[in-house]
Amino acid sequence: MTAQEKSWKEIAPAGVCWKPSTKFLTGDWKTYTPLRDLEKCTRCLLCVLFCPDGAIRWNAQKGDIEFDLNFCKGCGICANECPTKAIEMKLE
Amino acid sequence: MFSEWKFTAKDIAEKPDLFLSGHRACAGCGPATVLRLIMKAVRGPTIVTNATGCMEVVASIYPYTSWATPWLHTAFETAAANAAGIETALKIMKKKSKIKQEQIDVIALAGDGGTYDIGIQALSGAVERGHDFLFVLYDNEAYMNTGIQRSGGTPLGASTTTSPAGTAIPGKLEHKKPIADIMVAHGMPYVATASPYYWRDLLVKVRRGIEVNGPAFLHVFAPCPRGWRSDPAKSIELSRLAVETCIFPLWEAVNSEYQLSAPSKVMALSPQKKKLVKEYLQVQGRFRHLFTPKYEKMLGDIQRITDERWQRLLKKCGITQPAKTA
Repeated sequence: MTAQEKSWKEIAPAGVCWKPSTKFLTGDWKTYTPLRDLEKCTRCLLCVLFCPDGAIRWNAQKGDIEFDLNFCKGCGICANECPTKAIEMKLE
Repeated sequence: MFSEWKFTAKDIAEKPDLFLSGHRACAGCGPATVLRLIMKAVRGPTIVTNATGCMEVVASIYPYTSWATPWLHTAFETAAANAAGIETALKIMKKKSKIKQEQIDVIALAGDGGTYDIGIQALSGAVERGHDFLFVLYDNEAYMNTGIQRSGGTPLGASTTTSPAGTAIPGKLEHKKPIADIMVAHGMPYVATASPYYWRDLLVKVRRGIEVNGPAFLHVFAPCPRGWRSDPAKSIELSRLAVETCIFPLWEAVNSEYQLSAPSKVMALSPQKKKLVKEYLQVQGRFRHLFTPKYEKMLGDIQRITDERWQRLLKKCGITQPAKTA
């Protein structure tokens, strides 16, 4: 049920937000897409820590980093901070 | 006094986010990185209360919320008062055995407007009453959410919409208020400054602030590419440059005893590593006018004042610099 389908009498009191923002995809904001060079990447995880959007995740089972482009806003922090310059920002 | 808390980048990366993806902060938002990191350092159930500001707005646009932990929005001036109320309520509920949890931590979050200017009386009061909470100030150095108005945290010479650099003035004419020193003067058990580039340092300080018995204050540097007119990709780099130029030195004060943190100690022990403020200022559009012949003098002023403040801090930390030989 979306917010539009509810009348003001039905919504939660005091404007309690009830949907996790992971349902709201911000990936279409970007003009640049990060591309990772798998050979240069040392899995230091700095990009995972510095991403403002949590769009880069560590997959423990695979033992590798995963980019979630549904949330990436293309800011380029990961490419700028990468110590081995393994990430390149490419125009979409 | 503090527990030995061991962690690696992998441990932190594996911890689930409590500040979720899908928030609507600008690309390259410094405060968003800061919040993600801070919420990875909490020790257990935590209640967050947030004053009005960028991070409140982007994270709670109805019906979406980016917080995977109990979170309460409050008015601009009352983040600390609200945290004090939550902490007292928890104490009473524990006494009446209405809650099962042994320990629930309270974090109050506010921007520089909500701390330097509007929220300082509530913060001062809550600290004086000795409530057990951690106050996190994410400092993006102006009221960014409402359109880059100057605040008490805006540094000297920065151009904002209410202190525009032009023919009349070279940006803001006043200095940045030393808020962390003001908090130390309250006789608080724990005050620290942190920067997201030095993430390990930031996480340890958050954990210490939570563990300490009584109020704790954490001043986190948080670059804002929109308001600072800088490249979004440089947000984290700016937070490094601010420490390397000693514009924003990292230190902690446990029971009013100043102590330099490792990243700043490097600058103190080997002064040749300290960079000129120019390097930090020239990558930001808000300081662009300082590089024109008209306002060049201001650049020297900023360097001089930064050095003075740095020397004063070194004295407080009891560090005597090696004599300049080279």
